[in-house]
Amino acid sequence: MSLLTVKNLSVGYDSHVILKDLSFKVEAGDYLCIIGENGSGKTTLMRTLLGLIPSLSGSISLDEELTGGGIGYLPQKSSIQKDFPASVTEIVLSGFLGGMGRAFFYTKEQKTLALENLERMGIKELKDRSFSELSGGQQQRVMLARALCATKALLLMDEPVAGLDPDAQNSMYSVIQKLNKEGCAIIMISHDVDAAMRYADHILRTGPVPFFGTKEEYLKNE
Amino acid sequence: MSKLFEYLQFPFVQHALIVGVLVALCSSLLGVTLVLKRFSFIGDGLSHVAFGAMALAAVLDQLLTEALKTEIPGLSGNSMLLVLPITMISAVLLLRTGNNTKIKGDAAIAMISVASLAFGYLIMNIFSTSSNLSGDVCSTLFGSTSILTLTGLEVWLCIALSVAVVLIFVLFYNRIFAVTFDEDFAIASGIKASRYNTMIAIVIAVIIVLAMNLVGSLLISALVIFPALSSMRLFKSFKQVTICSAVLSVCCSLGGIVISLLAGTPVGSTIVAVQAAAFLLCTIAGRLK
Repeated sequence: MSLLTVKNLSVGYDSHVILKDLSFKVEAGDYLCIIGENGSGKTTLMRTLLGLIPSLSGSISLDEELTGGGIGYLPQKSSIQKDFPASVTEIVLSGFLGGMGRAFFYTKEQKTLALENLERMGIKELKDRSFSELSGGQQQRVMLARALCATKALLLMDEPVAGLDPDAQNSMYSVIQKLNKEGCAIIMISHDVDAAMRYADHILRTGPVPFFGTKEEYLKNE
Repeated sequence: MSKLFEYLQFPFVQHALIVGVLVALCSSLLGVTLVLKRFSFIGDGLSHVAFGAMALAAVLDQLLTEALKTEIPGLSGNSMLLVLPITMISAVLLLRTGNNTKIKGDAAIAMISVASLAFGYLIMNIFSTSSNLSGDVCSTLFGSTSILTLTGLEVWLCIALSVAVVLIFVLFYNRIFAVTFDEDFAIASGIKASRYNTMIAIVIAVIIVLAMNLVGSLLISALVIFPALSSMRLFKSFKQVTICSAVLSVCCSLGGIVISLLAGTPVGSTIVAVQAAAFLLCTIAGRLK
């Protein structure tokens, strides 16, 4: 079964439909970029997929191993408060909570795994630093390490490189590519069509002329 | 100093110190969450609701006693039994209004808090037979002497509720952190955030009702907000900030009670003055760091 199957989905707020009749599939290991104009409903679609807002019609089915948590989410950068007192380790560990059932405290294995995820992001030395003191690129890596604690199979990202300088953007893209090569499926909202073409294997375009298919089909269509 | 030890022999002073420490501890724990969730004013709104409920309880108590010509043991003079559930329900309703409602959060808080303040004063005026009405109102608002007149039952109730609050906070500490830091991520990763928000609301209501004894309903916000804000000047991780605000809050409360005993000042406002001074010191220390 596919990791994520979306059938005839309509998304929006209250009765205001932003996107309608959307169907697509994400298989294990896919790299899907969602592109489209501002206001075409990319973020609304992602929030619906995550279960943060209810869908208006249609269905979203997740693979069994993903239901009830198991999706890693990288929110848009602006959504985190600037003055929040939290250490990097505290944030990364919180990624485990969704899958912990009735347990109250983190286990030793989880603490080790959190450090490993920081190491995969190349920021192990920041583990005791305060989140608010980090640079934009470092903060995004911390968020990614947290998302990795929540999932092994599927990461949803809302413009992960927005607001980063070009160097930080490139290194963020290569970190994401590495995770994808290791078998994690990626769904990413992107403004950067060039980067989408470079890294993704599937494209979903929202807006007046919607499209879903492989990158090759998309390029042929253009 | 000898005057202080003399005072400590009195059971009412011991009660005041026990309740003072417990209330300070509980109120500081969730302060960090409230400040960071931008809910600082919920404490204020709820305390006004508690004031209204307290007035209602006092009047009902009086009417009942008159009707039955006798005091009901355990019920008379113990308004907490009515104030607590009313405040809890209001807390849950107020946090619910956060999203998806016609009246937005801050407006809802303002509306409910002034309405219950007015309602409370109104029924006190209409029904109260007390000769010192403004004194009664003043002591409910500023808690002038109520901490020194606690009954044994009230002290035990306070101990039980405090233990429950601390226990809930410790057990759900990680989840409270997750829901405070990034609610969207928490929901996406499978945490039932609305359940924890309701839990936080109920715990806040308990704390508010407890704290009314110590500082009165107008000054409760200070007890909840100051320790969190002070320790956020000094520390940068959630755990450090939580521990620091608990320690700070207990010290300020003890200090405030002792000063008020020695100097004969009102307990509630002395504690808040000490808190404000501590905040100032922490701000300066944070700048120097």
